[in-house]
Amino acid sequence: MRATLRSMVQRLAAFFRRRRLEDDLDDELRSHLEMSIERNLRRGMSPADARREALRSFGGVEQTKEIYRDQRGLPMIETTLQDLRFGLRVLRRSPEFSILAILCLTLGIGANAAVFSWVEGILFRPYPLVSHQERLLALAGTAREEKSTETSWPDLLDLQRNCKFLDALFVSKITGATLSIGERADITTGSIVSANYFDAIGVHPILGRGFEPGEDAGRNAHPVAVISYQLWQSRFKGDQQVIGKTQRFNNVLHTIVGVAPQGFYGTFVGWAMNFWVPASMEEAFEAEGYKLEDRGARWAEAYVRLKPGVTRDQAQQEISVIASRLEADYPETNRGRGIKVWPLWQTPFNNAGTLLPTLEIMLAVVAFVLLIACANVGNLLLVRSFARRHEMTVRLAIGAGRGRLLKQLLTEGLIVSALGAAGGMLVAYWCRHALVLLLPARSGIAMHLPGEIDGRVLALSAGVCLIATLIVGLVPAFQTRNLDLAGALKAESSGVVGGRGRAWVRSSLVVLQVCLSFILLVGAALLMQSLQKIRTTSPGFTTTGVLETGVSVVAAGYDVPRAKIFQDELIERVRSLPGVESAAYARLAPLGYGSYSSTPIAVDGYEPPPNEQPTAEYNQVSPAYFATLGIPLISGREFTRADDENAPLVAIVNETMVARYWRGQNPIGQRLQVKGKWVQVAGVSADSKYESMRENPKPFFYVPLRQDFARGPGLNIRTTQPLQTIQAAVTREVRAIDSNLALYEMITLQEQVDRSTSPQLVAVTLVTILGGLALLLASIGLYGVMSYAVSQSTRELGLRMALGAGASNLLRLVMSRGLAMMAAGVIIGAAVAFGLTRLLGNLLYKVSPHDPLAFGSAFAVMTITAIAACVLPAWRATRTDPARVLRH
Amino acid sequence: MTSPQSEVLQGTLDLLVLKTLDSMGPIHGFGIALRIQQVSEDLLRLNQGTLYPALLRLEQRGWIVSKWGASENNRKAKFYSLTRAGRRQLEQEAESWDRMSTMINRVLRTT
Repeated sequence: MRATLRSMVQRLAAFFRRRRLEDDLDDELRSHLEMSIERNLRRGMSPADARREALRSFGGVEQTKEIYRDQRGLPMIETTLQDLRFGLRVLRRSPEFSILAILCLTLGIGANAAVFSWVEGILFRPYPLVSHQERLLALAGTAREEKSTETSWPDLLDLQRNCKFLDALFVSKITGATLSIGERADITTGSIVSANYFDAIGVHPILGRGFEPGEDAGRNAHPVAVISYQLWQSRFKGDQQVIGKTQRFNNVLHTIVGVAPQGFYGTFVGWAMNFWVPASMEEAFEAEGYKLEDRGARWAEAYVRLKPGVTRDQAQQEISVIASRLEADYPETNRGRGIKVWPLWQTPFNNAGTLLPTLEIMLAVVAFVLLIACANVGNLLLVRSFARRHEMTVRLAIGAGRGRLLKQLLTEGLIVSALGAAGGMLVAYWCRHALVLLLPARSGIAMHLPGEIDGRVLALSAGVCLIATLIVGLVPAFQTRNLDLAGALKAESSGVVGGRGRAWVRSSLVVLQVCLSFILLVGAALLMQSLQKIRTTSPGFTTTGVLETGVSVVAAGYDVPRAKIFQDELIERVRSLPGVESAAYARLAPLGYGSYSSTPIAVDGYEPPPNEQPTAEYNQVSPAYFATLGIPLISGREFTRADDENAPLVAIVNETMVARYWRGQNPIGQRLQVKGKWVQVAGVSADSKYESMRENPKPFFYVPLRQDFARGPGLNIRTTQPLQTIQAAVTREVRAIDSNLALYEMITLQEQVDRSTSPQLVAVTLVTILGGLALLLASIGLYGVMSYAVSQSTRELGLRMALGAGASNLLRLVMSRGLAMMAAGVIIGAAVAFGLTRLLGNLLYKVSPHDPLAFGSAFAVMTITAIAACVLPAWRATRTDPARVLRH
Repeated sequence: MTSPQSEVLQGTLDLLVLKTLDSMGPIHGFGIALRIQQVSEDLLRLNQGTLYPALLRLEQRGWIVSKWGASENNRKAKFYSLTRAGRRQLEQEAESWDRMSTMINRVLRTT
């Protein structure tokens, strides 16, 4: 045992000193032979005989050296190094080939690595610096008809007290705040968090402290804040004495108690957080008042960390038990509601959930691109391996084992794919932040969707590189398997364009490429059509010439009476601005981030089926809302100034609601019960889109803002003026009323629509880019194979010409061969795509996964590309000079 | 065709080398080859070249050490000598060789 270990060490040492040891060996063997010769001379032999006898009794000097070397060093590594050196030399000798191959793999591996890094950075390890993210889960409520809801503070406290499987439960609710510094008021994003937040995520402020237990209890009791590193740098110029200073957030003076470390962006996928306040300050940041003691107020976004070794299912079971106990104990707020934990990548309340389907599809797409790239490089190597067949055969003939040849080919594949992988990592590094670029920018909110190139991404990419090596190296190796020694050592046999023979490997690679890129084209076409459909679907309101913004009155600490006065004053000022046609408030803008209130309803004369509690969502809007947004009123009237707190309660319902609850009868004047109170239907509006462009028509109604007041509604303005003009004017008016107020970002409703469809846009953009890349790679493959086939079969082409075939015949011959490959690829691709496109799932909108237009356009693009790829080789075939060919 | 010479049995070469070094003291490769041939009265057909990988193997295991020196004719040569571990190994191998040959002899006689 000791001896074996010892000899391993010696071999390793020898491996690094092999040049010197080689000289030693030469010296030793020479001295042996010389001594042997001397002895033979002494025994009376002639010098020539003495030498011959010495060599004979020694045996083969070179064989001895070879055995000696194998014994001395690490032959595996030494031959590998030889292969590497040889491979590099071979690659250097044909730079065009090498660059093309490496470029293909760079794109293939780079696309994979980039998507891996996005998946890692957005879905699996979304929160930089947060410890043990593999044990983090998102926690959300469930209700009968809703996949997920926010959770209420009292429910969370009960959960925290009773769950044995949880290390920690913490709240992190995204919020916006007006940050006032001197005269300036600006808007930034932050989080309302539970007091255990920083401890639970294992992030320690670099200055000051996190929150202390109890700081999340008591109404407005603890005005303290931790600020982000970026905020510390940009607003406080990195002031070391910042702790203990005060800062107005939403016009409430907060004491800064900590500065978060650099690179910590909070716990919300998509946006970077700039400050954190304890939940006790919730009222200053959330629109609907103090909610910590209201079990019915669901506003919190929560996460849990499992104890080590606990599975999600175990935790879910325990949580479900507690949730059903809460349901029994508090039926009036919790009936029909549950609590569910989600893996981070499915987090229902941030951008992880929206991007998940896109990223899933991207994983499949980049795998396709990689395969196409590999097929290309495999093909290139294959073509070259024909050129190198002679070399291979000679090596076999002088005794190289087939294993050794295989190793050589794999080593060459490895060199190419390792260089490709290195390039790929660069591509991934450059693309880290590319997702943000694809999403529309929002002013004031720092988008943050980083790719994360960590050990796992590197390992996966290395795996991809190895797979690429295998594919790329084995294709030509497969070809050498049936090298016919005798045949190949004779002259190169020339190929035939129409012949089958050995060319089938290359052809099937091309078919594979065509097939894969056809599938990608179909996918891209489907997604494009969906986006087109989404973009051209009418949202039910006017998108041009209508602006949307809001004012930070909640943030400025306005109470309800003051907010009412302010709203009235502002709307008068806005309406009298030049170029403003109308203006109105609405608690929520259509397609925005917030969620509508939902209420159980009852309708006179409508008997709900048993076990069904009709519910509907509603919005609180001011007079002229429908005129401003351009939502048609079918019958009845708009809300007016007269529909205030003192007037009878009224509502405007949408058409779907009329159809469902009044069976199409005119509901004007009928009664509707909302939150236990009866209101009278005053009008019927057309259906429109409320939360998403892709939603189906749903029952929805409106109540006057004054009868269900919200302090911080959005402001909608219909105007003929450009946005900048109105923005400046409204800002001026707001400041004129109160200089502590800030105007939220002003956007057109078209912008709002575009933002809400941005996941589709991202998917379309990425799939189209990669589909184009795939098409390019596939056409290079097709071109390469056809060019090679033509160049290898000049003899046959010449013969055909000599026998009277015209240029058009040859053109047809070559083209038909190329197009046959394409057709085979398209047929297989269409069959596979037919089964696969279903997986695009809800990224498709009003487009069948088997849409003939998508398949048709993919076919057209593929055909044009294939013809383009074959034309040049075909043309070259017609230029064959029969006389010259026949002379050879 | 039968030859009076016999091939060196796999593995016995190590034993022969160790034994030679034990009885001759430090000696170079050619010396070892010569010695083995003389002692075996030319009955062993030894490709002298095969000696060198064997010497390397023994050295790697720490049973012998080598040192450059000058031969009797003042020629540069590598001299090998037995280490303590090598001597132990020789004893063990000699013993197991004895056991083995006794056993084989017994088998040959009884059948």
